[in-house]
Amino acid sequence: MSPLATEAAGNDLLRRALFLPEQASTLAPQIDFLHYLIIVTTLSVGLTIAAAFLFMVVKYRRRSESDTTPRFTTPLWLEATYFGLPVTLFLAWFVIGFCDYVAFAEPPRDALDVYVTAKQWMWKFAYPDGPASINELRVPAGKPVRLLITSRDVIHSFFVPEFRLKHDAVPGRYTQLWFEAPRPGEHPVLCAEYCGLEHSKMRARVIVMEANAFQDWITAEKAKLVADNGLRDAQPPPGAAQQASLREQGGAVAARKGCLKCHSVDGTAHIGPTWRDLYLRRERLEGGGEVIADEAYLTESMMDPAARVVAGFRPVMPSYRGLLTPGETAALIEYIRALRSRDVTPTPSEGPVYAPASGR
Amino acid sequence: MRQLPADEASHQPPRDGVAPAHSYLDHGTTVWSWLTTKDHKRIGVMFLGSVLLMFFMGGVFALLLRLELLQPQPSFFDGLTYNRLFTLHGVTMVWLFLIPSIPTTFGNFCLPLMLGAKDLAFPRLNLASLYLYWFGALVTLFGMFQGGTDTGWTFYTPYSTTSSVEVLPVLVGIFILGFSTILTGVNFIVSTHLTRAKGLTWRRIPLFVWTIYGTSIIQVLATPVLAITLALVGLDAGFGIGLFDPQRGGDPVLYQHLFWFYSHPAVYIMILPGMGVVSELVCAFARKNISSYAAIVISTLGIAFVGFFTWGHHMFVAGQSVFDAGAFGVLSMLVAIFTAVKILTWTTTLYRGSIAITAPFVYVAGFIFLLFFGGMSGVALATTSIDIHWHDTYFVVAHFHFIMVGASLMAFFGALHYWFPKMFGRRYPEGLGIGAAVLIVFGFIATFLPQFLLGNAGMPRRYFTYPEQYQPLHVTSTAGASLLGFGFLIIALYLAWSLRWGKVSGANPWGSRGYEWLTPSPPPLHNFHEVPTFERDVHDYTVPEAGHGA
Ligand code: HEC
Ligand SMILES: [Cu+2]
Repeated sequence: MSPLATEAAGNDLLRRALFLPEQASTLAPQIDFLHYLIIVTTLSVGLTIAAAFLFMVVKYRRRSESDTTPRFTTPLWLEATYFGLPVTLFLAWFVIGFCDYVAFAEPPRDALDVYVTAKQWMWKFAYPDGPASINELRVPAGKPVRLLITSRDVIHSFFVPEFRLKHDAVPGRYTQLWFEAPRPGEHPVLCAEYCGLEHSKMRARVIVMEANAFQDWITAEKAKLVADNGLRDAQPPPGAAQQASLREQGGAVAARKGCLKCHSVDGTAHIGPTWRDLYLRRERLEGGGEVIADEAYLTESMMDPAARVVAGFRPVMPSYRGLLTPGETAALIEYIRALRSRDVTPTPSEGPVYAPASGR
Repeated sequence: MRQLPADEASHQPPRDGVAPAHSYLDHGTTVWSWLTTKDHKRIGVMFLGSVLLMFFMGGVFALLLRLELLQPQPSFFDGLTYNRLFTLHGVTMVWLFLIPSIPTTFGNFCLPLMLGAKDLAFPRLNLASLYLYWFGALVTLFGMFQGGTDTGWTFYTPYSTTSSVEVLPVLVGIFILGFSTILTGVNFIVSTHLTRAKGLTWRRIPLFVWTIYGTSIIQVLATPVLAITLALVGLDAGFGIGLFDPQRGGDPVLYQHLFWFYSHPAVYIMILPGMGVVSELVCAFARKNISSYAAIVISTLGIAFVGFFTWGHHMFVAGQSVFDAGAFGVLSMLVAIFTAVKILTWTTTLYRGSIAITAPFVYVAGFIFLLFFGGMSGVALATTSIDIHWHDTYFVVAHFHFIMVGASLMAFFGALHYWFPKMFGRRYPEGLGIGAAVLIVFGFIATFLPQFLLGNAGMPRRYFTYPEQYQPLHVTSTAGASLLGFGFLIIALYLAWSLRWGKVSGANPWGSRGYEWLTPSPPPLHNFHEVPTFERDVHDYTVPEAGHGA
């Protein structure tokens, strides 16, 4: 066998012995190499210590209850070895490991960006130029991919065992991760950070495609997107672009239905409260009590404004029940949500307005 | 309170051999006399009973979890119950069992004996600590059953602050437990400084005392941080101040830093006392002086100190900077080096000793072996790169169970067997003891070795259901856990039996030259009839038996 083949066979043997899954990213073999190194060293040192221990237990077994033993203290050279040996080993491993860690942390410049949004309990993958998918991440083989990961609610963790990769999805910030899958194939994605009831069912898959097939797929997706947008609103508002985002549609609806006569979007109170930073604000109510302005409350405010009246305002808003289609309501909510000065639920499909997420 | 010997005798079962006429156990036998005692030995015994009960509960939760994991699909419980069970298991084992386990029981019992003192420096505070423990435990358990906390023992935000379950009562309970820990710690520190008998200089005090001392320092310094963190989570969950909730401008990772700033040193609170126990036991059963007193002391203090600067290794994949990851990785390695020095020193101590194979010695061997692998897996995790794969998988679960169960629990049971005659003046059946110990060690390996492999294979922790390919390893692990459970059952039975019917041990059944054996077993009310002079170094076996025993 050639040395290369021997190496491959050794790798395969150890990988199976340790129950490691297939190595499906370019970084996986590096990680596994250090793993093998540590396990082999640990086992040999461990067995040596165990053997010495057993040997002494037998050799120096107790012969009488009143045995006396000589006083013995470890000589300095032995003491130094006890300290020096682990220091050397540990530091060597650390240097190897940390180099890999740094490589993990810095994505190549030409990486393809994909936005990953986790929420209880699913994964959404969105490409900068439009298409998005749920629980299915398609990437081209042989090309580095950078994932920009965030969460909409609690902390999750994006984990692909076959890539030896994981990164937490933290609400309120983007974290990044990159990988390159050399071969086409399918790999499971798991959520590794406990996130509640369905944590263990929050699974997805990565589908690695031939580069050409991937290009075809993304082109087809884009075409579908354009067609879908045309269908979504049977009577598109005059002047609104065909493929406008939900948020833009919301702005148009607000203007058309006259909401902006009473509500401002710049933070100033008018006849009604401003929509700026309204989403998830704690709203004090007329007659005591508080409410968090989530989607449910916003919808209620449009359909039944008198049900809960904001403190300091008069109940003059008309009900829009029956006057707004579900599509328009959703668009309005999306529009209000977007009016946040400190956005914790960034919309990934907006495109890469991204600053590297080291620290904050 | 009945103190008349004649009256007492009528309540005692017939004894074989002669038990010491007057021990701390005979000074008042009513429940009231126990509840109002200020005797460190009685408080230690009551703590022992309490933590054993908690260990039993935590163990039952663990077995239920293992039972559910036999199958990849839901089988016995629903998801919510499962999530509550692992939270219960974690909280019970960490705060109600492991953290108080060795210091409050054997520490309490042996520290004054080893220092030649009549009691701890603050006996009343000691009793207060016990009551706080009971109260905190009740509140915690009540809170968990009542509120159905399902956040895991780590209470990660924003899940814990935004989920619908009640976390506040549990946090209050743990908050109270923290005070118990702090009081005990303060008491031990002051006692070590002020109550040492004449001649017991810092260079001569037993190694167990050193570790209890080191542990107490961590307890006193780290526990307040936990209290602050829990209070902030409480304010967040109850009043929406939003410190850790990104939707209100907070930062969930800040919580992780605060939590682990306490909880990583807490790991050393759980393992250091065990290391102290092993330092005593190795010497006693090898009839040998420790091969390097200085190495053990320095590494104890080193662990206590450096342990404060490693917490970031819990956040290698949470988005901390590359620099932080590197710094925390190197510092974590340093702690491991101290542990390595200890392991090698204990092994060297056997050299030219006179080794007796007893149940405590089997636990010592188990401890050293499991600590070695637990520690090495920790080193592997600290390389940062492999942690990217292992983080939050069963590998980590196996790693910390090797340390916290493998090592700490082995030490706890080793100590229990070693000091059982000291505490109660009776012996347990040695053959049965050795058998059970061997069973425990192998049961442990069968339970947790598969979990390392599960982690390698990519099985995340806290999974109620799991992909099918992981089943064989889960089944093996559950089989191991039932072995473990069986082993503990045997131990419980023969120890309970020995309390009444065990052979009377005499002052020093092991022939040990630890200082605590210089007084009768069980010790008299004020520990010593006359305070020993401590002429010889602890565990000095160079001269034949003479003048030992009071
Ligand atoms: C006649 C003026 C008027 C018009 C037109 C109007 N609103 Fe209002 N709106 C109010 C007032 C006044 C309040 C505060 C009292 C209350 O809660 O009912 C309010 C409250 C709200 C709230 C709750 C705000 C908070 O701070 O909790 C929402 C959401 C809302 N309006 C949405 C809309 C939408 C969407 C439209 C257009 C489809 C609209 N409003 C049109 C006057 C108006
Ligand atoms: Cu999740």
